[in-house]
Amino acid sequence: MKKLIGIAAAGAMLVALAGCASAGGGTADGPKPLDELVVGFAQVGAESGWRTANTKDIQSAFEEAGIELKFSDAQQKQENQIKAIRSYIQQQVDVIAFSPVVETGWDAVLNEAKAAGIPVVLTDRAVDSKDDSLYVSFLGSDFVEEGKKAGQWVLEEYADATEPVEIIQLEGTTGAAPAIDRAEGFAEVIAENPALEVVASQTGDFTRAGGKQVTEALLKSNPGVDLIYAHNDDMGLGAIEAIEAAGLVPGKDIKIVTVDAVKDGMQALADGKINFIVECSPLLGKQLIEIVKQINDGEAPEKRIITEETTFTQEQAIEALPDRQY
Amino acid sequence: MSAVLAKVVAHRLFWPVVMLLILFTINLIAFPGFFTISVRDGHLFGSLIDILRNGAPTLIIAVGMTLVIATRGIDLSVGAVAAISGAVACSIILGSPEPGSLATVAVAVSVALLISLVLGVWNGFLVAVLGIQPIIATLILMTAGRGVAMLITEGQILTVNSPPFKFLGSGFWFGVPIAVIIAAVVFGLAALITRRTALGMFIESVGINPEASRQAGVRARGLLFAVYTFCAFCAAIAGLILTANTAAADANNTGLFIELDAILAVVIGGTSLAGGRYSLLGTLVGALVIQTLVTTVYTVGIPPIATMVFKAAVVTVVCLLQSPTTAEAFSGVRRRLALRAGKGVAAS
Repeated sequence: MKKLIGIAAAGAMLVALAGCASAGGGTADGPKPLDELVVGFAQVGAESGWRTANTKDIQSAFEEAGIELKFSDAQQKQENQIKAIRSYIQQQVDVIAFSPVVETGWDAVLNEAKAAGIPVVLTDRAVDSKDDSLYVSFLGSDFVEEGKKAGQWVLEEYADATEPVEIIQLEGTTGAAPAIDRAEGFAEVIAENPALEVVASQTGDFTRAGGKQVTEALLKSNPGVDLIYAHNDDMGLGAIEAIEAAGLVPGKDIKIVTVDAVKDGMQALADGKINFIVECSPLLGKQLIEIVKQINDGEAPEKRIITEETTFTQEQAIEALPDRQY
Repeated sequence: MSAVLAKVVAHRLFWPVVMLLILFTINLIAFPGFFTISVRDGHLFGSLIDILRNGAPTLIIAVGMTLVIATRGIDLSVGAVAAISGAVACSIILGSPEPGSLATVAVAVSVALLISLVLGVWNGFLVAVLGIQPIIATLILMTAGRGVAMLITEGQILTVNSPPFKFLGSGFWFGVPIAVIIAAVVFGLAALITRRTALGMFIESVGINPEASRQAGVRARGLLFAVYTFCAFCAAIAGLILTANTAAADANNTGLFIELDAILAVVIGGTSLAGGRYSLLGTLVGALVIQTLVTTVYTVGIPPIATMVFKAAVVTVVCLLQSPTTAEAFSGVRRRLALRAGKGVAAS
């Protein structure tokens, strides 16, 4: 069956290459049966456990729904992703979904998709373009909201604080949307209590090694720190190592709040080394299928769909840990 | 007195050392406890210890890189080799029934190091036998190597729970970080073998003129194989330390851009990219400057957006001070100083 589709797709590509492609995808002709739908998905690459979970969830959701998924891995390179999208356009898939590596530089290829009449769905990351007609929907987390949730916990934890609370922030990769937004949301909420003060904020590049090295240095220049807010679990895990090396107890002497809730992070939360995690869920598959179905039925999906997400305390982590997929 | 001063200024390590001292001073002003080293939980604890420990992987790779550069070569693949060795070690430890046993870790580390030797021989083969330009030859492994590491880890971050392995990266021996001891051993061995024998001179001669040194009886091909293999071996050791430091193999980020740091350390240390004369001591100072620079960014609290500009500015200053034109200008001052010193001697 797969082979046949492959041959058909190759044939479609040949037709497209020969210049006989008619503008307009299949969606214009009214709803298709689900097993005739083809969706092209251009993934960022296998950059982390989070991303792998994201890929697996999307693949299994499509399998369950009986919709054919053409999957490509861009290995964190924009040019690969653009190539993949172009090939989906040539193959005249019904919907293109992708998670943009970077925010800018997509106008040209998205215009090609628009001209070919193929609707585009963004998953998990946004594009920075003035023309928002280039995509039909953006499905993903609200990073500002995640920062706010983290800030809210800190606000409640230190509600009775009379002395200044010193906070170190471990930022994500400089310029990345999650790093900017998580800092913004957090700052907005903790501003309510003047006792909460971010004494140092440095980038740990979303990695454990980065988080560890920055924390090591900052613990020495700010010995009175009370709390560390890390933009992802990995940096938080690095911070735990640095705190332990300094002879302190993570989660007690210095509290830690992170974002993501990957398995290693949840384990540390259950062990009491992290105090609070805001979830950033990679499980977008089901919601993506819904969007594809809506498009197929000729309905317009909502422009911005936020992933269903929660937060975890230490007790909740112990309960949730056994079923954690990623 | 001025003659001594002139000699000190003329030394090729003068400016790198001055830069290191300036960075130390900046840190001391921003954070008065910078030089404090205390004993905490039975091990040394302090900013300087952090600099040594975090700088160890860069230094180890830079030592290998120094020898490669001395042969007029370059090895861009060290970061990828570091990622592969970390990935191999972690996947072996994860796959074994007893991840915490010393034997498992010994096997994992040995296999990772052996694989690095194969990778080094591959680089050596491309450069010495096929005669491909080193920058191109090692570029192959630089790009492909990360893919290999990714295949080994299957795109996941492999977290290992193995105390003996973790010890490599964050353990202490008589209070001194293991990483620092390993770096000291690698540095000492390299210095001993190349400087106490004629090997160092052979390497330099290959870098200065491969054809002439071949005709003089130096086996350039074997030497090239040796330096590239040694460099890959160093990269693997560094990769193991980096991986053990966080007890997790991250194929994407382990040793990312470390080749650039290593090359920079060599260059700051006064070894020319054109090959020939090299200085391992210079590389040591270079590696310390780079790591101190990173720490300075954190202690001074330079905002992340400006970090790159700050680092670039410091490196530019060091390179400008070391340039032949600047050296020429300073040698004028030096001659005058020497002259005055000479007069002083004559007058007395």
